[in-house]
Amino acid sequence: MKTNDLIIQTTTKVVFFIIFLFSIHIFFAGHYTPGGGFVGGLVMSSAIVLLMLAFDLKTVQDMLPVNYTVITAIGLIISLLTAAGSIFFNVPFFTHVYDYFNLPLLGETSIHTAMFFDTGVYLVVVGVTMNIIQMIGGDE
Amino acid sequence: MINLLLLPVLIPFLFAAVLLLFPKKVKAQRVVTMIGLAFALASSIALLYKVKVNGVQALTLGSWAPPFGITMVSDMFSALLVTSSLLIALFVVWYSFTSIEEEREKAFYYPAILFMLTGVNGAFTTGDIFNMFVFFEVLLMSSYVLIVLGGEKIQLKESIKYIIVNIVSSSLFVITVGYLYSVVGTLNMADISVKLAEIGPSGIVTVIAVLFLIVFGIKGGIFPLFFWLPGSYGAPPIPVLALFGALLTKVGVYAIMRTYTLFFTTDVGYTHNLLMILSILTIVVGCIGALAYFNVKQIIIYNIVIAVGVILFGASVMNESGMMGSVFYLIHDILIKGALFLLIGIIIKITGTSDLRKMGGLMKRYPLLAWVYLIVAFGLAGIPPLSGFIGKLLIVQGGFEGDLLWQSIFILASSLLVLLSAIRIFIYAFWGEEKGQHLISKEKYRHLLAPAITLASLTVLYGVGAEYLVPFMTDATNVLLDPSIYIDAVFEGVK
Repeated sequence: MKTNDLIIQTTTKVVFFIIFLFSIHIFFAGHYTPGGGFVGGLVMSSAIVLLMLAFDLKTVQDMLPVNYTVITAIGLIISLLTAAGSIFFNVPFFTHVYDYFNLPLLGETSIHTAMFFDTGVYLVVVGVTMNIIQMIGGDE
Repeated sequence: MINLLLLPVLIPFLFAAVLLLFPKKVKAQRVVTMIGLAFALASSIALLYKVKVNGVQALTLGSWAPPFGITMVSDMFSALLVTSSLLIALFVVWYSFTSIEEEREKAFYYPAILFMLTGVNGAFTTGDIFNMFVFFEVLLMSSYVLIVLGGEKIQLKESIKYIIVNIVSSSLFVITVGYLYSVVGTLNMADISVKLAEIGPSGIVTVIAVLFLIVFGIKGGIFPLFFWLPGSYGAPPIPVLALFGALLTKVGVYAIMRTYTLFFTTDVGYTHNLLMILSILTIVVGCIGALAYFNVKQIIIYNIVIAVGVILFGASVMNESGMMGSVFYLIHDILIKGALFLLIGIIIKITGTSDLRKMGGLMKRYPLLAWVYLIVAFGLAGIPPLSGFIGKLLIVQGGFEGDLLWQSIFILASSLLVLLSAIRIFIYAFWGEEKGQHLISKEKYRHLLAPAITLASLTVLYGVGAEYLVPFMTDATNVLLDPSIYIDAVFEGVK
């Protein structure tokens, strides 16, 4: 049976990008306010799940031809290496540092090593969630 | 290098993450895993040396002051356990090259092993009770992967049981930590020890002690909570079984020993007596199981249960000989169980069955295997000068010193039953008429035998060279019996 999914497909094409940008917003908001890599990652995966609902697993896999296991692994490595940076300065593991930088367009911005750690978390959450959903959703 | 104590936890983790990038390249997986384990082992030996020279190492993550941050503590006891767990993993991985089928190797077998080691070493190293729960989860998650990997019918059946038991015990773990937190208001293990000593004997603390015993007893396999163990451990292939048998129950035993020496020392008359009675019952049940089965796997699995009982008996008497015996026996048991599982793995590979009645006469074609097995079996039973002897001797001595005459005699008698159960395998498998077919090629046999023999010779060295290990064991025992050493190391420079 062919279902009529024109409305959801059209909406998704727009909404996907809104959710995606929102997840980036939440990710950076976590710097000083509630949010962060974990929530941001979940929001991002929910955007991909919305795509899967609107289209189907196969189409989405063609659209985003990424191996989520590799994304998880890269996320783990980024997080671990950021935290392990403290080993080279001989301070306790997980010790973070931050400073203020003058960036083009953004002006004076505080950059915190915890942000790089959170980038890893973001990737791990997206990778793991999508892996699980694909694995369960791929089963007939 | 103040972060040295973290390296045995971080190196397996990093290599596991790297391995996730190329799961299908089996050769690369093997090489990278071995390199990772070698690095981790080197770091743990360096740690062992540092702890020996400089005393207990402690580090609070993120530069917070203890007790607010998560503290990692490496005393001699945990450094010894970390080193032996990496050592055993090295041999098991080497053995896996020939023993595990390629499909499993392509399905994240090596990353799962490395992630499990991250959890095991983390649980040995952490000085924060909630963080210990987290590391328990890490090792359990990876063990779920390992137990179900391959997807045989029996594996699926047993892994459901395994997962349910562990989920129940993990939630009980969190609940118990919650109780403890509501009493002392801290999660830092050194701080808990100080606060509990201030509170003194009280009913709620005893309840928490018993709850911890239940939680770790399920993981460690003490009577009557071991019911899931023989079935679940029997399901996965031999290298996984060797890892589980040698390491996972030991994490539970470690946790019991740690909490019962560091936290719950105010009501020893109740808690440690309970531990003593349960450990004796554990040995009884283990002996019955070890003698009852004709399945080689089950016989050795029940021997794990016996060893858990013996170690905890030594710990429960709380005197120097008993505790030192426990530490000796714990390390011995990690090594010897690893060696035994690898050896019976070869027997199973040759005969294609794990039923003793269907095998026989292997002595004629595989004499080396037979003699190595015999030596390891003697070591298991504790015949001097092999590795089990010194530990058991000290445990029994501790028992006599603690006026536990009958229990100590019972431990001695149980060694005979252990010997009998191991020799039964020898008699059935190696003596008599040649039976069944011989399924593996000479080359494969040699590849399997090499790691098993190396590990077996290590256990012999462990027994013969026990004299040289005494300083290390004394350090480990001192920290266990005198929590103030542990506490001072954590709060060094704070108070």
